[in-house]
Amino acid sequence: MARLIGVEDIEYLAIGAAVLGTGGGGDPHLGKIMAQQAIKEFGPVTLLEPDEMPDDKMVVPVAMMGAPTVFVEKIPNGDEALHSLRRLEEYLGKEAYAVMPMECGGLNSTIPFVVAARAGIPIVDADGMGRAFPELQMETFNIYGVSGTPMVITDERGDWSLLNTVDNNMLEHIARGIAIRMGGVGHIAEYPMTGVEMKRSSIFHTVTLAIELGKAIVHSREKQLSPMPQMEAALIKAGYGKPLILFEAKITDVDRATTDGFAKGTVTLEGIGEYKGATYQVDFQNENLIAYQNGEVLATVPDLITFLDLDTFKPLTTETLRYGYRISCLAIPTPSIMRSEAALKVWGPQYFGYDLEFVPVEELNEEAKIRG
Amino acid sequence: MAKLIYKIGVDVGGTNTDAVVLDHQDQVVAAVKSSTTADVQSGIYTSIEKVLKESGINVNQIAYVSLGTTHATNAIIRRKGLSKVAVVRICLPAGKGVLPLAGWDESLIAAMDATSFLIHGGHEYDGRALAGEGLDHDEVFRVLDTIKEKGYESIAVSCIFSPAKDQHEKEFAKLAAERLGEDFPVTLSSEIGSLGLLERENSAILNASVVGVAKKAAYGLIEALKDLGISSKVFFAQNDGTLMSLERAIMYPVLTIGSGPTNSTRGAAYLSNLENCIVADIGGTSTDVGILVNGFPRQSALAVEVGGVLTNFRMPDLISIGLGGGSIVQYDGKEVAIGPDSVGYEIKEKAIAFGGDILTATDIALAAGVAIIDDPACDLSRLSYLDTELVQKGIAKIQEMVLNACEKIKTSPEPLPIVLVGGGSVIMPAQQDDSVKLIKPENFGCANALGAAIAEASGEVDGLWPMEKRTRDEIIELAKEQAIAKAIEMGAVLSGTSVVDLEAVPLSYLPGNVLRVKAKAAGALQL
Repeated sequence: MARLIGVEDIEYLAIGAAVLGTGGGGDPHLGKIMAQQAIKEFGPVTLLEPDEMPDDKMVVPVAMMGAPTVFVEKIPNGDEALHSLRRLEEYLGKEAYAVMPMECGGLNSTIPFVVAARAGIPIVDADGMGRAFPELQMETFNIYGVSGTPMVITDERGDWSLLNTVDNNMLEHIARGIAIRMGGVGHIAEYPMTGVEMKRSSIFHTVTLAIELGKAIVHSREKQLSPMPQMEAALIKAGYGKPLILFEAKITDVDRATTDGFAKGTVTLEGIGEYKGATYQVDFQNENLIAYQNGEVLATVPDLITFLDLDTFKPLTTETLRYGYRISCLAIPTPSIMRSEAALKVWGPQYFGYDLEFVPVEELNEEAKIRG
Repeated sequence: MAKLIYKIGVDVGGTNTDAVVLDHQDQVVAAVKSSTTADVQSGIYTSIEKVLKESGINVNQIAYVSLGTTHATNAIIRRKGLSKVAVVRICLPAGKGVLPLAGWDESLIAAMDATSFLIHGGHEYDGRALAGEGLDHDEVFRVLDTIKEKGYESIAVSCIFSPAKDQHEKEFAKLAAERLGEDFPVTLSSEIGSLGLLERENSAILNASVVGVAKKAAYGLIEALKDLGISSKVFFAQNDGTLMSLERAIMYPVLTIGSGPTNSTRGAAYLSNLENCIVADIGGTSTDVGILVNGFPRQSALAVEVGGVLTNFRMPDLISIGLGGGSIVQYDGKEVAIGPDSVGYEIKEKAIAFGGDILTATDIALAAGVAIIDDPACDLSRLSYLDTELVQKGIAKIQEMVLNACEKIKTSPEPLPIVLVGGGSVIMPAQQDDSVKLIKPENFGCANALGAAIAEASGEVDGLWPMEKRTRDEIIELAKEQAIAKAIEMGAVLSGTSVVDLEAVPLSYLPGNVLRVKAKAAGALQL
């Protein structure tokens, strides 16, 4: 059943979205305030069950693309993504019935709420990756045959551009260049699709999942209990696998390789408690990609790898990591729609430059203790 | 004219106001404590009076007095005497999505009767203007006239990318001086915080709200010093461990709010003659552990809440644990638990060694022979009933707690010496072994006041640099030059001012295009 999302839900959403952000996706804090401000001004937003979306009507994913560091400095007006949506509607000659997130991890979990509140239309409870990824072709919509274009990108000054590209890889390439010229951030409406296409190509219930994960963390912090049972229930319900604590460890080194200009690097950790004696390593490129124990692979992208603060369970972004932090490393098996052969070509370990086959995290850790 | 050879440092803490006199070689001549007073000022007066008497120095030979005070913090927390603030955000055509004061407690907004205006201007990360090269003067004057009409007492200005390019904030200040007079307080966000507009703007608003209180307090202090015959220069200790002039402290009082822990870290390092070390400041109830990198406390990477408002002040990175000289010790026959409850300043009434009936960390340290307290009221025979195992386990627990916190604050696996300071540091044995080097310097009790007296000035830059026209190395060189120029502008000596902290990270999700560089330079104060 459709339900209303208010200011308090957004508070939880932001925390859960950081878990799904797997260390990247941008800090949702400012996006959260923006969404809350929009809801206060225009009223709560209707969250639609995916099957409540009419088959023949149009749904449009909306998002920001570019550098979160710029986003928090050049605060947007809040109407840029809506502007993109309106121009797209004009071009296509039809109205959007609903919007949806393309990315439920990180900052982009909040943007559709800003648009939906202002436009007075619902949000579909689904997204296109179930986590955070750095590029526009890395969406299930692309894998399952939806065109990313026509797409509109708008900046804070009102500059906008309509893109039509031959394929979705080219869409990413051109749009990234435009976002840079726009000052580092662009606000987009992309992958316009029908209800039928959305149902075929998206990951269901990921907005609810982010809210539920946020609740699990806040409640367990209040009660000083592990958030795992509540998180597990929410993840299973959304079609993910059973989450695992891969290890508990202390960060002994954060090496940010900065030579080629990518925000990439490696975190080295030393096991603590029952994990004492083992050495761990997590490679990241914006998001966490691969986790190793004593050189053996523990988990790889697209399964989710997120660091939680050991004491507060707060999800940590890669920018804030440093020596001495004590963390739990959480791994979440992605839904099967993310693990098809076609999908792994777009976001498997090989796409990120690793000579590794994807093996599901639950298979790699069959014997790992699942802590409740 | 008499030779200026002495420095006076004062640190106002929650319980005590400490003062020290240093000679020309920065050696401690005298160190005293007096109680911190509700008005702060009279406690400072008493402390200085006392330290002058004890040292017997000639007041005409004082080079400067430097103060670490808490006026600004108190005003924000008590919400008293706050100025009526107008916030001006230079951001249009961007910036409307989250308005100034978003997320603030209504009562704090009411206490400063705050309002906000958005005007055109600001820059992109690469320095291009968002609206126009200069501000629209008519638009600015319209806002200034409204501010004047409505009786606002202080202005906070923020501007998109002002930490990288402060041109528009400065232009606004000039126009404000023209319209509202030179004395009208205008706080520029670029002078306070780094990237992250909302947090930086919040910091500027807090500052704007306390300029009135701070000005009164500063002039009060000058008067008090005059009464003591002191007419030398006065400096204020900042959060980052450097000093600022009286003029600047009146304009940017909020930059002093984290100076307490910074001062003790700096003082500890000085006392032990170290540039890189961990400092554990053990008080009566808690221990603050900080880390000194190239002579300065490492700053926190996280947003800091002040008065319930998210800010991005440059605050020292600290780990606080509930362990101090007065911490209450519990023993169930197996495990020893220490703190976080403490008898605090009542230790001389409540601790067992002093005839009380509560077992404290100090009692354990006395029984173990770690602490030696020269006080007739302290009687070790009262501790003879204590179980040896309890005492051993208690000392081990104290060590474990302090060392764990020290380990947590380190940024690299290399061993670093640990300097112990503060009144409560008697509970921690200064043992040496291969793995840990613990140092308990002489005068460890007055590290904070001493830290306030050591004079350096600093300058910082934080900006995003497109990598299209320059290489990474060229960008870093430029940022370093800018930081050094800023430090010199803040009063550092021309030669010998150098970069003490540098961070260069490419922006995520903009592959290969933009580098964020933070650089900080510091040098001795030009006297």
